[in-house]
Formats: sequence, structure tokens, C-alpha cells
Amino acid sequence: MILQEDMLIVSNINIAPRVFRMVLKGEIVLDITAPDQFLHIRVPSPDKILRRPISISEYNKTDKSCVIIYRVEGPGLAVVSDMQAGQTLDVMGPLGNGFDMTGPFPNGKALIIGGGIGTPPLVQLAKDLTVTGIAVTVLLGFAQQSAVILETEFAAASSQLEIVTDDGSYGQKGNVGLLMDNLDLMSYDAIYACGAQGMLKAVASRTETHPNAFISMEARMACGMGACYACVVHVAGDETGQKSLKVCDEGPIFRVGEVVI
Amino acid sequence: MTENRLAIQLPGLDLKNPIMPASGCFGFGQEYAKYYDLNRLGSIMIKATTADARFGNPTPRVAETPSGMLNAIGLQNPGVDAVIAEKLPWLATHFPELPIIANVAGFSNEEYAIVSKKISRVKNVTAIELNISCPNVDHGNQGLLIGQVPELAYAAVKAAVAVSEVPVYVKLTPSVSDIGTVAKAVEDAGATGFTMINTLVGTRYHLQTRQPIIANGTGGMSGPAIFPVALKLIRQVAQQSSLPIIGMGGVDSAESALEMMIAGASAIGIGTANFTDPFACPKIIDNLPNLMDKYGITDLASFVKNCQEEIRG
Repeated sequence: MILQEDMLIVSNINIAPRVFRMVLKGEIVLDITAPDQFLHIRVPSPDKILRRPISISEYNKTDKSCVIIYRVEGPGLAVVSDMQAGQTLDVMGPLGNGFDMTGPFPNGKALIIGGGIGTPPLVQLAKDLTVTGIAVTVLLGFAQQSAVILETEFAAASSQLEIVTDDGSYGQKGNVGLLMDNLDLMSYDAIYACGAQGMLKAVASRTETHPNAFISMEARMACGMGACYACVVHVAGDETGQKSLKVCDEGPIFRVGEVVI
Repeated sequence: MTENRLAIQLPGLDLKNPIMPASGCFGFGQEYAKYYDLNRLGSIMIKATTADARFGNPTPRVAETPSGMLNAIGLQNPGVDAVIAEKLPWLATHFPELPIIANVAGFSNEEYAIVSKKISRVKNVTAIELNISCPNVDHGNQGLLIGQVPELAYAAVKAAVAVSEVPVYVKLTPSVSDIGTVAKAVEDAGATGFTMINTLVGTRYHLQTRQPIIANGTGGMSGPAIFPVALKLIRQVAQQSSLPIIGMGGVDSAESALEMMIAGASAIGIGTANFTDPFACPKIIDNLPNLMDKYGITDLASFVKNCQEEIRG
């Protein structure tokens, strides 16, 4: 079921330069089925007519709350960043397929890889896997120290957490690809990644033979539910060039090798 | 039996109300059926269909503009055979009484004819919208739109009308110096009516990269920002032709729908508003009766007739 609802803003705080953490409450939360589904948010400004897709970072069905973490890139989300607790936000959702956590997990191990503003949707995934007894290794990459977010949350929901920054100002200097090269990737039952396109390519190039490697794609959207065909990606290996999948409703999660990154 | 105040009769279209999602903004219906009963709609103008499957343009394909948006999807669709085999039967099964308007696109007169012939024979397709005005594809005419050149428009419409088993409404582009000349050519070619307007052509740039936001470079502009342009052009065509007009271009409320009827439209397509609010169409339908009461409109059919008599003197 997909809903549209005026969700209550519980809090909306600045957690890093241009990055905000908003807690929302509403019935939509009850329909979330998997980590990294997303909400389609209407900016409360009459000249902003396209909704903004924002991944769900965490959710709690008991109190019908969820967390979204977003980076202000333009005037639309700047309006949202100024909103206060007690106001409501017009939200469509939950949208998208979410991460596949069905495994199997014979080794009891999962690897989670996140980059920058692609890290928030991985929090619930790490929590859910950990709760089921799976040992979760988390590799996170950020531009610099000031951009590092969610370290506490991932530390609590993993057995191993490593952080790198592009400039070395926090953790190791480098990118998550370097950290991946130190691991036996095939020993992990499932690999999940969300981040910038370059990072996803680096992950895919190292996991193309892995049977359970997943990436979360980002795309410009209009409708958010498969009607407008704005967010399509090419199907990998399609010689005709005509086959596509829609990030909004056939994704945003795809198996590595399923689509062209 | 209660008389339906919202009913509109047009050739091929027995509409329980005049509100229909515009082509390209509603897929083939399945997506929005997750939100509400499509039987509430007057009709659906399904996504543009070509002879063969098309991926369309590279991404990104959309960008926001003040009170509007740009798109350059590029006529992505699975091809007419797949639409007939999969999409239209789904609609027929789930919404058997809903009249469908099939948007037919092409790159040659032959393609317009092939697609029109095939799709017009499908039972739930009761009219065709001939798309001679997509701004996001090169029609093999030095990049011009077929709908910009009266002779080309005439030939394409003639080819489609000759083989279609249902009425053919022709979608006009606003990107012309005189829309009346094109409308006249389309009427002379045998069109049943017009749908108008298609999107305006525009672009936007990234400040940092200095490149267009849309991969195609340009896109079609839609949304409330183009509403005044649509009203002006609909009025212009309505003044010179008695063919019915399905109006579209920035309609996002019952108020703007009625205003477009005052300009000369008999029915209304809702496009970008579906993206802002997935319930835009049913909300407009629900609001129409109250608005009609406010302005003393007994029924829409009489209102449309009166408006058009006023326009044509």
C-alpha cells in the first residue's frame, strides 16, 4: 500500500554542514517493508512542484516514527531544513523496493558499504541484520571529517566499523574501495552498498561474481512511482539498448550486474 | 436517475467527467491504480506509443523550474505490440468501462499510420491523440517538430486518419509563430479535434559545471507556469475552429480547469499536477460541483457550449 499523508515533524536538526536529521511520525511508517525504501516529500512552497525523494534511515513501527537524513543542495530542501517540530510535511510513501535481507547467510556475515549522504539508508539495514545475529562489517567513506555522520549509530549496529575520508582528516585516508581490497569479499554472505555513482562502480567492479551483492541507485525523479519514466537505468547486457528498469519502483536496490551504473 | 452534471460528450469519448490524466504523466495507468479507482476519471491519455520499443533519452531527464518542470523522456515506451498485448488488456480487465485515449507518436507518416491502425482496433481505445509535437525527439526533419510545419502536420494527420477506426485528436505544439495555421492544416487533414498544448521548450544549467541539467540539453516545460500560454493558444484556436479541444497545460485545480473551459476547452488533461499530488485528478473532479454551484453552472456540457458560443460569436 502506498499512502499520502501529512506527517508530523518531531524534530529537524542540523547534524553536519548542510546535512539535517528529521524525525517524522505517521501511518506511512506501518507500511514500510524493508530498509532503504524512500519517502517522496512535497516542499511546502508553491513554486516547488516536484517532490524530493529521501531515503528512510531508520524506522520504528511501535511509535510510527521514522528518520530521514538529507543534504541541502538547493532551495527546495533549504525550505524543508527551516521547518520546525510540530509542523507537518506532505509525504508520499513508502516507495521503492528496499534491501533484500533474505540471504541466505550460511557464514553469518554481511558487509555494508556507504559513502557520504548515501550512508543514512544503511542504518536500519545494519540494525536489522545485527538483531538477527549476523555479524555486520561496515565501511564508510566521507569527503572530510566535518562530513562524517552516523558513526555512533553504525558502531552500535556492527561488529566492525571502518571509516575513511578523502583527505585523511578522519580515519584512514582514501576510499572504501581500498578498504574492500583488504577483505575476503566472498566470505560475506551479502554485500550492500549505497553512495555516489563512482563508489557504486568501485563496489560493483569488486563484487561482480558475488551472488548477493546489492547497490542502491540514486536518480532524478518526477512521480516517484513508475509513471513518468524519468529515472530509468539501462539493463546490463541488453544488446538492444531498449530495456530499462525504473529506479523509483523497480529499485532503488538492484543486484550488482543487473543494471548499468 | 440522477443527471450527471459533469458529463461531457465528444466524438469517441463518452466522459463521465471532463478530467483525464495527460499523456506521459500517468504511465499506462497501473501505477496510479495503486492510489485510487481509475473509474473516477473521465478517461486516461496513455503514454506515447511508437511502432518499436524505445529507451528514450539519456538521464537525467527532469529538472525543476519556478512553478514548473522540464522533461526530456524521449518517448520511452515498449512499442505498440507490447502496449496492445499487455498494457491495454490490463486496463480493459480492471476498468472495462473507462474510455482510453491512445497517444500515437512516430518518426514518419508510415509509422503514424502503422501505430494508429493497430491501436485504434483495440476495444477500449475510443480515441487517438496524435502526437506531432514532442519537443524531445528529432523527427528527421532537421530537428523540427512535425507540428511546426503545416504541410508536415497535414501529411501526418492524413496518414493516421486514413487508417484509424476511432476519432483522431491532434496534439498541437505552442512552439509556432501562428498556431492557427497549423490548426487549419490539421483540420483540413481530417482531424476530429485538438489536444493542446504540448510542452514549451526550455533548458536550465548547473552553476558549477555550466552544463544543462537535462542530459538532452533541452526539455519540454510544463506545470502552472505555462498555464497562461495554454489559455491564450486554446482561445486562439477555438475562435477559428469549431473542432473540440481537450485543453491542458498547467491545470492543477478545479478553478484552472473551469478557466480553461472558458478559454475554449471541452475537456481537460492533467499533467504535471499528478507528480505534485498523486490525487490531483480525483481532487479536481470532487471540487468541480462545489465550484459550479459557486458560479451558477448547472451542468458542464451547457457551460462548455455557452463558452464556445461566446467565443465564436
